Amino acid sequence: MFSEDSATMDRPEEVATRIPSGLKLNLPFRWLTAAAAMLVVAALLAMLAILAVDSAPAFRRFGFAFLVTSAWNPVTDTYGALAPVTGTLVTSVIAMLVGTPVAVGVAIFLNEICPHRLRDPLAIAIELLAAVPSIIYGMWGLFVLAPLLGRHVYPALIHWIGPVPVVGALFQGPPFGIGTLTAGLILAIMVIPFIASVARQVLGSVPPMLREAAYGVGATTWEVARHVLIPHARRGLIGGVMLGLGRALGETMAVTFVIGNAHRLSASLLHPGTTISAVLANEFTEASGDLYLSSLVALGLILFAVTFAVLLGARALLARADRRSV
Amino acid sequence: MSFHRSVRGLAAALVVFGLGTGMAGAAEITGAGSTFAYPILAKWADVYKTKTGTALNYQSIGSGGGIKQIKSKTVDFGASDMPLEPKDLEAAGLVQWPTIMGGVVPVVNLSGLQPGELRLDGPTLAAIYLGKISKWNDPVIAKLNPGVKLPGTDIAVVHRSDGSGTTFLFTNYLSQVSPDWKKDVGSSTAVEWPVGLGGKGNEGVANFTGQTDGAIGYVEYAYATQNKLTWIQMANHDGVFVKPNLETFQAAAANADWAHAEDYDLVLTDQPGKNSWPITGATFVLMQKAQDNPERGLETLKFFAWSYANGAKMAEELQYVPIPENVVKMIEATWKRDIKSSDGKPVWTAAR
Repeated sequence: MFSEDSATMDRPEEVATRIPSGLKLNLPFRWLTAAAAMLVVAALLAMLAILAVDSAPAFRRFGFAFLVTSAWNPVTDTYGALAPVTGTLVTSVIAMLVGTPVAVGVAIFLNEICPHRLRDPLAIAIELLAAVPSIIYGMWGLFVLAPLLGRHVYPALIHWIGPVPVVGALFQGPPFGIGTLTAGLILAIMVIPFIASVARQVLGSVPPMLREAAYGVGATTWEVARHVLIPHARRGLIGGVMLGLGRALGETMAVTFVIGNAHRLSASLLHPGTTISAVLANEFTEASGDLYLSSLVALGLILFAVTFAVLLGARALLARADRRSV
Repeated sequence: MSFHRSVRGLAAALVVFGLGTGMAGAAEITGAGSTFAYPILAKWADVYKTKTGTALNYQSIGSGGGIKQIKSKTVDFGASDMPLEPKDLEAAGLVQWPTIMGGVVPVVNLSGLQPGELRLDGPTLAAIYLGKISKWNDPVIAKLNPGVKLPGTDIAVVHRSDGSGTTFLFTNYLSQVSPDWKKDVGSSTAVEWPVGLGGKGNEGVANFTGQTDGAIGYVEYAYATQNKLTWIQMANHDGVFVKPNLETFQAAAANADWAHAEDYDLVLTDQPGKNSWPITGATFVLMQKAQDNPERGLETLKFFAWSYANGAKMAEELQYVPIPENVVKMIEATWKRDIKSSDGKPVWTAAR
């Protein structure tokens, strides 16, 4: 009995002496990973806190009017966010309107129509678009796209659509090539890879049975795409669009190059405008005056809130799409 | 303060470890601010380092940033294209003096026009930037340019989108020659532009102007020549049309009455004299009056003293106008009077 007992008592000790290295590291490891996660959350909260504190003077001074007036005058120290906020939203909407159909078209072509051999090279080429630094888009926009649009495309838009009532107001003014529409078009090109990549995934997750069945009853590729793929993947597609939107909202350099950086509201898309991130990039370094700086920070906070809301929306939609496709 | 010291400690460490110039007593002075002054400061610093071993670490973060940094004492000196008013200097305990002068030049993009062919006067330039004149063949412009074939295209107004000393000089000039401009827009490093496209930096304005048919912009003189832009002639205070070059900048600078400008708070736009370029200005250096570290302060002043004595030719090569010698004497007197160490002794003692 004794000997047996001592033997059974010995064994756990032996085991205990063998395990510790793992046990010893396990707890710190768990703390370390927790700390890593916490660090990110803490950084996020710290940023929010700083933005809130530093923007407080501007909000205190101008109140709600900050959001709905468009004066931006460093001489008289009067600031309003309406022009950059509008510019941010308008350029992003243009980017989505132009970019989404192209991106979904790319995804359908790659998934359904493209010969297998070409599929990977094409997909990589499109994803490479996402790897092009935004400053390159900006320079290309300034040196190539803007003069091209200004000389050949915008004069035609002004001539043909300009006189049309209501819609015409969007296409008036001198064709400088620099302006809100050009910025929107650059953004459209920049978001295509993001939307296309999500679209390929969600379209690919449509159950093969559905697709095959549709082809089986004699549906054409168009009919399958229109009535099976897109309706089934709709929610995921919207999520992809929202991801692209998140990128478009915050894009800075490319937009700054081609939008014309003017703090004015105008109906015409051909006029120069500005976006929140362009204003920040342009004016932060030389902003002298506390209220000026505070107003810039307040713009940052607004952008933060808008982008955050868009990303949350995207996640929610994508999560639901995932659940459905499972 | 601790940052200040640690920077110095770092500089010392670099020297000790042989990463400095290797010369005895090699030090580093730090400055931040004006992008306008950057090319000449960099040039001076480069030569100064080979002569004395003292290096200058200058960050061209913009005048606003320079003012902020010198106020918080993170640098030895700040540089600003807009002079601070005496009351602001007093409040922040700063002293300022001019380092160099230069000119701002309107440039246009009109096919078939040679540099200097187009002539404008101040009120017309203001009317263009106010959006009141929007076509190149406007009678007002035509009247100033008999014999020049002006197209009927829209004028694309180009301005700086970032805060800038160049903008300060330009808007300060427009405020002097146009009551409407003074009332509606005013003068500052950034203003609420009534019309136009904003380009970032002198390069941005040069690009937009060079790319857009019918554009008009304004840049520092060096950018106009480097980018081969079509500069124009301007009517000056005396009503004479002058070309922008070192000579006309100097003519304007010669008028500067630094002796009677409190704290050198002087802007050189719209100066009298038949040769004066109307949009001329100086860039300024700011230092703390109370130097917690007198040796460092002295090193900084030595650099500027050396630059005044030896840097004139380099400045002219870069199309800047050096500060005249009598003004340099005044500046050195200012140093002696205003910049003190904590025990009240003047930091600047050398008599040149």
